[in-house]
Amino acid sequence: MGLDIRLPIGLMFTLIGAMLAVYGFATQSEPALYERSLGINVNLRWGLVLLVFGVTMLGLFWRGRKSGP
Amino acid sequence: MQSVQLGFLDYAILLIYVIFVISIGFVLRRYMKSSSDFLTSGRSIPAWVTGLAFISANLGALELVGMAASGAKYGIATCHFYWVGAIPAMVFLAVFMMPFYYGSKARSVPEYLKMRFNEPVRALNSVAFAVMTVFASGISMNALAKLLNQLLGWNYHVALWICSAVVLVYVLKGGLTSAIYTEVLQFFMIVLGFAPVVYLGLQDVGGWTAMTHALSGVSVDPAALHFKDPGTSYGPDGWTSAWKPLLAGSAHNPMGVDCFAMVFGLGFVLSFGYWCTNFLVVQRAMAARNMGAARRTPLIAAVPKMLFPALVILPGMIAVALTSIPAKGYRIPPPALEQQAIVAAAAAVSQAASSNPQAAIPEIIEKVSGAQKGLDPKTGKPKKLLGFDQARLAEVVKTYAGKPIDQDQTPEQRALRSEFVAAFSNAMTDYDYDGVILSLVKKYCPTGLLGLALTALLASFMSGMAGNVTAFNTVWTYDLYQAYIARNKSDQHYFWMGQAVTVAGILFSIACAYFAKQYNNAMDIIQLVFGFVNAPLFATFLLGMFWARCTGPGAFFGLFGGISASALFHSLTIAAGNSPGVKGGYVSVLQTFPSEMAQNFWLASFAFIVCFTLTLVISLLTRRTKTDEELKGLVYSLTPKLKDEETAWYLRPATLGLVLLACCVVLNLIFR
Repeated sequence: MGLDIRLPIGLMFTLIGAMLAVYGFATQSEPALYERSLGINVNLRWGLVLLVFGVTMLGLFWRGRKSGP
Repeated sequence: MQSVQLGFLDYAILLIYVIFVISIGFVLRRYMKSSSDFLTSGRSIPAWVTGLAFISANLGALELVGMAASGAKYGIATCHFYWVGAIPAMVFLAVFMMPFYYGSKARSVPEYLKMRFNEPVRALNSVAFAVMTVFASGISMNALAKLLNQLLGWNYHVALWICSAVVLVYVLKGGLTSAIYTEVLQFFMIVLGFAPVVYLGLQDVGGWTAMTHALSGVSVDPAALHFKDPGTSYGPDGWTSAWKPLLAGSAHNPMGVDCFAMVFGLGFVLSFGYWCTNFLVVQRAMAARNMGAARRTPLIAAVPKMLFPALVILPGMIAVALTSIPAKGYRIPPPALEQQAIVAAAAAVSQAASSNPQAAIPEIIEKVSGAQKGLDPKTGKPKKLLGFDQARLAEVVKTYAGKPIDQDQTPEQRALRSEFVAAFSNAMTDYDYDGVILSLVKKYCPTGLLGLALTALLASFMSGMAGNVTAFNTVWTYDLYQAYIARNKSDQHYFWMGQAVTVAGILFSIACAYFAKQYNNAMDIIQLVFGFVNAPLFATFLLGMFWARCTGPGAFFGLFGGISASALFHSLTIAAGNSPGVKGGYVSVLQTFPSEMAQNFWLASFAFIVCFTLTLVISLLTRRTKTDEELKGLVYSLTPKLKDEETAWYLRPATLGLVLLACCVVLNLIFR
């Protein structure tokens, strides 16, 4: 059916990943925020993971579109 | 328990997720032209999508919450639900059963039963299934709304209605296709949302080795943490080894289950019954674009399913290990106190004498337990006493005796009251295992990650609910409405009915959620009845698909006999520690099982054997109603074997199935 689900998945995780990463980057100097996550800036790290996942999904979508349905 | 504050970013992530799932529904709306587009996806979806949806529809909130709870209660043995239960059943579905479901062109599992047997078998199955899905969805909604209320302070009603409304919108717009596509998105959301929580938990406890070390301590003396009665000991590997404690017998593992009940009852009867005959999951495979895709659906699903224990069971084990290390400052959350229990506790403690807290303790415990659990009408005593750590409770009494904690008029009084409730709950030694997942989320997630993890929890809830709703509307429209109420209407009429019943189904589920909230006991009974209905089902399918001589009356009465047999079995047996009543033994107690789980597994085995034998005997005694020609495509021996030769050997279902089974064996060996 006319929707390639990789597009919304890719878009959503790219967006959420970018938001988390930016927030994590901006709060790098606030160790109090990351006390509960054992001092790890999880927002930055996991945001980047989500970003990579989202972009990969978008890449798969583009490749699928080029080669035709 | 203190609730956490969500930041702007957390709400933003939640909102983005909601916008995406709703948009998927709207995008798909223009493809919904007929009832089959809406209810069966017009058989058009690629295998990797149906495969992930297959797993996601099953991964409802109850599964997530419940598996973590079992991980805490029973440890790694919970993996048997995956490595002994689910995977072999999924491989069997793909290799042997899918050709008949898909090849028969049936639109639902009950419709297959009609083709294979007759109308009564379909009616029995579809009515039971329709009622069951609505209740299952209601029970899960209630559980989630309650959890969000207790741990996050969200309003119960708002959580319930908003989540349902989101599901309603996307299912109503895009039908089954929309449910399946969003399930794929939800699958990734659930995995990516919980993975960091599990990672942080494992880091905190000191890694795998440190965790197993802590768990062996718990296993040797579970009473130290009030997990089991004093004097119980399982040896060092009770929580960390899947097979050794099981092989040692039911007294040597926290599940209280023996090997036969596990392998036959769970692994064969219950798991095959669920994965191979439950339309909720089978529907996903039936929506695949061709036979190959339909057969690969459960196989693709089996890969993540095999690894899920790391995501859903491990958190429970981490929670137990953390609880056993005092320095970590974590405990599995205590059960939430009912309002009347809080009032009783506050009154009793404020009246106690701070000089001698010990003297007041027995009375306090009795009053609070009575308010929380209800009184036994015969004795006037509480039905069950709550567990408390005497020293900690004495400390609480000492601190709060004589204080105005029984008042809640001013903000200061309310603040003092909630401080007291937190301290009082913390003195409890009972555990609310269902709260494990959310308590870990609260412990480790800063703003940002918190939003992601909560979104994952809501995603699991929505995927489960959408799964129930889409299965319900198909069975209602095709197997009940079209078959018995309004035959021969136009397709547009059934399309309209499918949409109308989607709305009705969600409203029914919400009603059931409120019912579950009100009458906890009634819900236990309903779930029990479902257990009776499901236990024998696989026997009917097994005989129906692989034995041409099996007749309609044989199947109907066999199934009926199997269901009655499970009710009878339940009325005559009980699990240790339960008193006769809802939990069994209401006629008389002939057999006592070491645990409820053992009772369930044995019940299923018994029901299966009764159904199998009855179906076999009655079929032999009755005349065949369908000719070989009519059964072509429905029964194994009368259907030409599928030619897999066009596909490369490594893509054939049988090959993939064998590889998956081998992986399962390896996992069982590693964690034996």
